[in-house]
Amino acid sequence: MKAFTQLTGLVAPMDRANVDTDAIIPKQYLKSVKRAGFGPNLFDDWRYLDPGAPDIDNASRRPNPDFVLNQPRYAGAQILLARENFGCGSSREHAVWALDDFGFRAVIAPSFADIFFNNSFKSGLLPICLASEVVDQLFGEAAAGEGYALTIDLEAQTVTTPAGEAFAFEIDEFRKHCLFNGLDDIGLTLQHAEQIRAYEQRRRDEAPWLFA
Amino acid sequence: MPGKTLYDKLFEQHVVRREADGTALLYIDRHLVHEVTSPQAFEGLRLAGREPWRLDSMLAVPDHNTPTVDLDQGIADPVARLQVETLQRNCRDKGVTLFDMGDVRRGIVHVMGPEQGATLPGMTVVCGDSHTATHGAFGALAFGIGTSEVEHVMATQCLIQKKMKNMLVSVDGRVGPGVTAKDIVLAIIAEIGTAGGTGYTIEFGGEAIRALSMEGRMTVCNMAIEAGARAGLVAVDQTTIDYVEGRPFAPSAEQWPAAVAAWAELVSDADARFDKTVRIDATSIQPQVSWGTSPEMVVGVDATVPDPAAEANAVKAEGMRKALAYMDLQPGTPIGEIAIDKVFIGSCTNSRIEDMREAAAVAKGRKVADSVALAMVVPGSGLVKRQAEAEGLDRIFLDAGFEWREPGCSMCLAMNADRLEPGERCASTSNRNFEGRQGQGGRTHLVSPAMAAAAAIAGHFTDVREL
Repeated sequence: MKAFTQLTGLVAPMDRANVDTDAIIPKQYLKSVKRAGFGPNLFDDWRYLDPGAPDIDNASRRPNPDFVLNQPRYAGAQILLARENFGCGSSREHAVWALDDFGFRAVIAPSFADIFFNNSFKSGLLPICLASEVVDQLFGEAAAGEGYALTIDLEAQTVTTPAGEAFAFEIDEFRKHCLFNGLDDIGLTLQHAEQIRAYEQRRRDEAPWLFA
Repeated sequence: MPGKTLYDKLFEQHVVRREADGTALLYIDRHLVHEVTSPQAFEGLRLAGREPWRLDSMLAVPDHNTPTVDLDQGIADPVARLQVETLQRNCRDKGVTLFDMGDVRRGIVHVMGPEQGATLPGMTVVCGDSHTATHGAFGALAFGIGTSEVEHVMATQCLIQKKMKNMLVSVDGRVGPGVTAKDIVLAIIAEIGTAGGTGYTIEFGGEAIRALSMEGRMTVCNMAIEAGARAGLVAVDQTTIDYVEGRPFAPSAEQWPAAVAAWAELVSDADARFDKTVRIDATSIQPQVSWGTSPEMVVGVDATVPDPAAEANAVKAEGMRKALAYMDLQPGTPIGEIAIDKVFIGSCTNSRIEDMREAAAVAKGRKVADSVALAMVVPGSGLVKRQAEAEGLDRIFLDAGFEWREPGCSMCLAMNADRLEPGERCASTSNRNFEGRQGQGGRTHLVSPAMAAAAAIAGHFTDVREL
């Protein structure tokens, strides 16, 4: 997994609550058996004026000029600023892969749906919860000036504005450790293989029907 | 010390080890697999040279991409076909049990698992699908995971988990006639909101939940995720045990008494402490119809489309305006005046035998309105289909003008050929009314099977109790 340490990145504001994973990456693109290549279809239904499908060349489609990520001032954005309950709905990790493939490294919102939040860490995308009032303030600042960038410091657990105002965020120690060092979860878990086997043996005795 | 909730018990029973910050390594008993969220996980295993930890915990089935007509002709869409073939190849290479195309046991993963007895009380059950919450109806800790976690479970039989908080949703009293499990869960979501359960595991209790069949309990737990909770639970009782007994993957006759004795513990202690408790009066629940693009945007059938101007929260009001524009609805419109183009009865929420019976009881001796372009019934599995046909339900649907299809996820998420065209409005027994969920530009109204059948007959939403 990609490590995340520190980032200063352009902010793109997505001003709507309950953005679901169907909106982040529509179902027709889930037929892929690969992990990469979802970026061009991130927010597909909102991003283009005409319908899309895996066999349609995006170059032939008309971009929706009103959609935030199509505005030149947000080109190259690495931080997505969002509203409540971001990433709700389906468990599709393709949503995280699409954000990552597009170039986002972090999403800041007042709250996230649990599965999306959890999936994000697996691809090195950092989801950051900040208080509603703080997110409101950041939306205001991002709209006010072009080129608005935030600095995220994972070690210090802070988001800092261009004016130098720093906001602290929470993250589980274990998740932070894995993300900071870009560690492979599976490799870590397999270090405890003996403990897993011991647990399994005990359960086989207690509840053999679980192993039928 | 206060007693333990059902969730506390299930979680603790499965902890293999704990990190200093409380993060637990949780053992997984059952891993259900389908074609959409597994290919990258199998690929990851291969690249790392790893093998599945415990093959007998895995059960695979193609369901999301599969056609609901002309199964003998295979899958026309080459991209979808490749995904199903990839599942077939992966299962063959690794030795994973697969209920393949042509197998009568094949169906929607969350219908098939319980039907086979592969979901048992006290298990941890995961699947790369958010509606895995369904299996919590059995007093099993069941939740959806992403593809990286699918690979993690395959390789280690474990997941890295932080414990959630405990919420009790108690539905007190009994629902009236014509009010179903679907209406109960939609009313719960309307009450607590789509993020109300975020960070929690929800236990559903109360007289109205206890009175539900296993099918009804699965419908309720299925939509826990639409209330923001990764997992929903219902305590084990005789209804649970009666359902499980005799199913193919259920404990053997020798193990049965010990299993039943262990399952008796799978209830919250009388003095258990919940972080949050929500009480809902069952007698006040009406048949529900969603009007917007989030499952919390739902009202009783006798209500009108709400007005964003009356909403105090600005972000919420803006969400309502966007939803009304997408749904092409005006505030104040009576729900009963909304005309529909298509009807979909199916999905992991509502495609079990009881759902088929409920819809057929409404359809019997009636005709689908001429204004309805398509009314389709998609049973949840080959076995549900066979049972429904044995009861003559297929004839009732066909005589009324419904189409009777082959099992699969179908138009719940429209990955196969079943979908809405832009602007089409659908009465759907599925679980999500998100923008574009059933097809780009399609408009979804979530309802119960009985209400969907009633809408098909009337051509618009109507109170099934007055039909």
